[in-house]
Amino acid sequence: MIEANGVTRTYLSGGRPLTVLEDITLAIRPGEFVAIVGPSGSGKTTLLGLLAGLDLPTRGSVRVDGTDLAALDEDGRARIRRDRIGFVFQSFQLIPTLTALENVEVPLELRGERPGDRARDLLARVGLAGRLDHYPAQLSGGEQQRVALARAFSTRPRYLFADEPTGSLDTATGREVERLLEELNAEAGTTLVLVTHEAELASRASRTVRLSGGRLVEDTGA
Amino acid sequence: MRRLGFLFAMAWREGRAARTRLLVLAAGIAAGVAALVAVNALAKNVRDSVAAQSQALLGADLRFASGRPLPDSAARVVDSVLALPGAEGARVVTFGAMALAPRTGGVRPVTVTAVEGPFPLYGTPATAPAGLWPGIGRGNRAALVDSALLGALDLAVGDTLAIGGLRIAIAGAVVRYPGDVSLASGFSPRVVVPASLLDEIDLLGFGSRAQYETFVRLADPAEASPAAERLRPALRELRVRVRSAAEQEEDTADAFERLGRFLGLVALVALLLGGLGTASAVRVLIAQKLDTVATLRCLGAGTGLVFAIYLLQAGLLGALGGLAGGLIGVGLQLVVPRMIAAFVPVDLIVTAGWGALGAGVAAGVWVAAAFALLPLLAVRRVSPLAALRRDVEPVRRRDPLRLAAVVVLALSVAGVAWWQAGEWKIGLGYAAAVGAALLVLWLVAAGLVRLVRRRPPALPYPWRQGLANLQRPGNQTIAVVMALGFGAFLLATLVLVQHNLLRRFTAGDGARANVVLFDIQPDQLDDVRRILRESGTPEVGGPVPIVPMRLRAIKGVTVRDLPDTLPTGEERGGWALRREYRSTWRDTLTATERLLAGRWPPRPANRPADAPVRVAVERDIAQELDVDVGGRITWDVQGVPVETEVAAIREVDWGRFEPNFFVVFESGSLERAPHSWVALADVAGPADRGRLQQRLVEQHPNVAVIDVTQVVERIQEIVDRVVFAVRFLALFSLATGIVVLAGAVAASRMARIRETALLRTLGGTRAQLLRVAAGEYLALGGLAALAGCGLALVAGWQLADRVFQTPYGVPPVPLLALAAGVVGLTVLGGVLQAAAIARRRPREVLAGE
Repeated sequence: MIEANGVTRTYLSGGRPLTVLEDITLAIRPGEFVAIVGPSGSGKTTLLGLLAGLDLPTRGSVRVDGTDLAALDEDGRARIRRDRIGFVFQSFQLIPTLTALENVEVPLELRGERPGDRARDLLARVGLAGRLDHYPAQLSGGEQQRVALARAFSTRPRYLFADEPTGSLDTATGREVERLLEELNAEAGTTLVLVTHEAELASRASRTVRLSGGRLVEDTGA
Repeated sequence: MRRLGFLFAMAWREGRAARTRLLVLAAGIAAGVAALVAVNALAKNVRDSVAAQSQALLGADLRFASGRPLPDSAARVVDSVLALPGAEGARVVTFGAMALAPRTGGVRPVTVTAVEGPFPLYGTPATAPAGLWPGIGRGNRAALVDSALLGALDLAVGDTLAIGGLRIAIAGAVVRYPGDVSLASGFSPRVVVPASLLDEIDLLGFGSRAQYETFVRLADPAEASPAAERLRPALRELRVRVRSAAEQEEDTADAFERLGRFLGLVALVALLLGGLGTASAVRVLIAQKLDTVATLRCLGAGTGLVFAIYLLQAGLLGALGGLAGGLIGVGLQLVVPRMIAAFVPVDLIVTAGWGALGAGVAAGVWVAAAFALLPLLAVRRVSPLAALRRDVEPVRRRDPLRLAAVVVLALSVAGVAWWQAGEWKIGLGYAAAVGAALLVLWLVAAGLVRLVRRRPPALPYPWRQGLANLQRPGNQTIAVVMALGFGAFLLATLVLVQHNLLRRFTAGDGARANVVLFDIQPDQLDDVRRILRESGTPEVGGPVPIVPMRLRAIKGVTVRDLPDTLPTGEERGGWALRREYRSTWRDTLTATERLLAGRWPPRPANRPADAPVRVAVERDIAQELDVDVGGRITWDVQGVPVETEVAAIREVDWGRFEPNFFVVFESGSLERAPHSWVALADVAGPADRGRLQQRLVEQHPNVAVIDVTQVVERIQEIVDRVVFAVRFLALFSLATGIVVLAGAVAASRMARIRETALLRTLGGTRAQLLRVAAGEYLALGGLAALAGCGLALVAGWQLADRVFQTPYGVPPVPLLALAAGVVGLTVLGGVLQAAAIARRRPREVLAGE
């Protein structure tokens, strides 16, 4: 379970404090499919980053499976991510110097596991069995995001965070990626937290969290 | 284990994409390592060769030497050694003389070596034709000469040579005389004859400088050094020097050790510049890897792991560069020994030296890792959040590890310098000097970057754009200026050193003498001057008398009883106490002298008949003897004690080929002592000099006629050779600088391709783009050359003032040529890249994004 308790995040912008998120409290239960929605600048990505331990709140706390993230150092939070969390980014964030296969293997290797056939199987599962040795620059946007999906699921994470996973893709390709994401999620029983602009995608979530101006204005699962 | 495998795999994979750039970087390290390995492997080879041939170096286990025939008391000591069971001996008399070749009319100063007995007692010098050497020691009437003499006098085996009263046929050439350095034979080549011919030569008269040596081979060579130690105190009293093969080996090895260490420090500069290039390239590389780092952090990689991946990459790169450099350095052993053979008194045994190769790899890993440490710390500041949001600033907090990285770098550079210098003082001084020079270059480069950022110059667009490129994000202005500037600094310093070393011998002031006549006996003086007059040769200054003498007492204390240390605490140089002084008398100061204290000429007061003779002493020797104006010195002039009082202290410019003296006596004091004369003359052409030499040698064979021009040529040859060796190493630094430049060019390539495509799209012409590049690299190269030459002018001045003690001169043409070369290379590199990029179609670039 991931619990945010009175989370506020303030950044310095041009020397002045700018509150991006204010007093957010929510709990994400195992197996949920949560869509975080809201207009641009409402703090969706900031909330995602805080829930995943990529950043720390200015006030309030975030607990992952009971562990207060603020009590850990950078490397402690890195271990939490390594062992329990997967990511899908809007801009794919594949490592440009690694092949598709190697990109999928990295999280396993970071855990000290032998990649074995898992990475190949996952790439085959997302339809890229023939492009294992291609570099990101040699893949289309849709293909890159499918590699990113394979990478996200490679460690069987407990939680998967996706930040506008179809934001950089055309509608048809986006649909295909969405379909794969939901299928893989269903197969693995992962808790999925997804930031999206797409009403259609959000509508398929089991719970919608709506932000506006950094405040939580609607939570269908609270 | 798996983790280690992953580390290596990631380091390898991460390096794949930037392979060319990393190879350029490795090449920079390789150049530095190659220079270092070449020097150290060579030094080891020389050391090993000297150790293996130590007895051949001396030609015996023990050598006794004196400037006069051994007095009976000394002869008894030497005979007692020769009487040891199994001991064997040989005697050699060596002195300078003029050799005349009657057939060609050529004249040369030579070193006559008269041998009696089986010298050398170890090894047999090779001769051409072979097998002639042993006959000389047995008394065969024949002369063996240095092959340099055959060339100089245009002689062949079988020709006759005249030395003093001797006329003898040349039987062959000596390939290597024990302990000789072939380069030295250019000054005064050897002529080896049996000692039985000494009477016939008949030149060992008064005032001639000869060396009388006895060589001994012991039944047990290990006894030599203890025997030398035991006999030395007694023999020193008798002015006889004793030396063992081990001592000789030590001295020779020490000399080469020092030379090797000095050259190693020059080579180390190239390696440090390679490190600088690494640091700069790593900084740019990491800036381009921020996305990857953030993603890895998102995926759960700890900061330590990410840091380790890139540090390992740097280390592997260093190992690769070190291995390549090590191989080049070891490969150079096939060439370099030939270049230095003329300096080395033994046959060089060349081995590949796997140790040198290993040291090369270690040096490569060290330099890459130590210099990459600081820029690599930036990966620790990358937030994983950067994978989600572009606008995330790196975490700005004080990283205590930054200070640690700086300390590690500084300490390890000082440590490596210490190891290379062999002395911590020199090592630290070197590290500090290199650091100071780099700091100056850094300040100059950083100043330029600031200047173009603050006040863009009012120039036409292409030039303005070019200069602005110097301060763009990811620029490597500072690294390039530092690396190229340091290379230019080293080379320019060498140009200055060479110029100033040679200048003191060649700076002509019209009336300078180019022929010096030594050892003119008083009864020959008038005739010698007549010959000079008749051959239309103007004498330069009058003839100068020379009186040989030794020190007997200072301030009433005999030399033997003087304490070993000066009142200042410094150790007293035994040399100043025991040497033979060749003094003169005159009541004037010459153009090469300057009065520092006292009066000269001294006041011609009415003095009592037993008042001490007044002398003017040279500054340095006065310091060594611890005397000042008014101090008393007692001299031993051919057995007669002469009491003197210091009336003046002089400074002498020793660099000029003029008769200069440590001690000048007042007139009327030494005229009755046995003395010889020196005369100086200015003879127009080499042919006239040759004719004069010939005539003088025929009529006065004991008079040494030295052609100063030839001596200067020999000195020039030696300076050129030494400078060549240093310049060879300094070139590695410049090569590293160029590699750093190439690395910088390669690092900016992607950004430049995009920028060029955009400029082309906006209507920029090819010529404009090339002008942009020319402006940028002109500023880079110009600044590097300017700063490098500026530093060199300071360094050269310091060296001239403190080390060589010569007036400082700057040769504008070579310096400008060097600066132009540096600028030209830099501009060429930049413009070539720009030309290659400008050839691409903009659509091709922009579509590929």
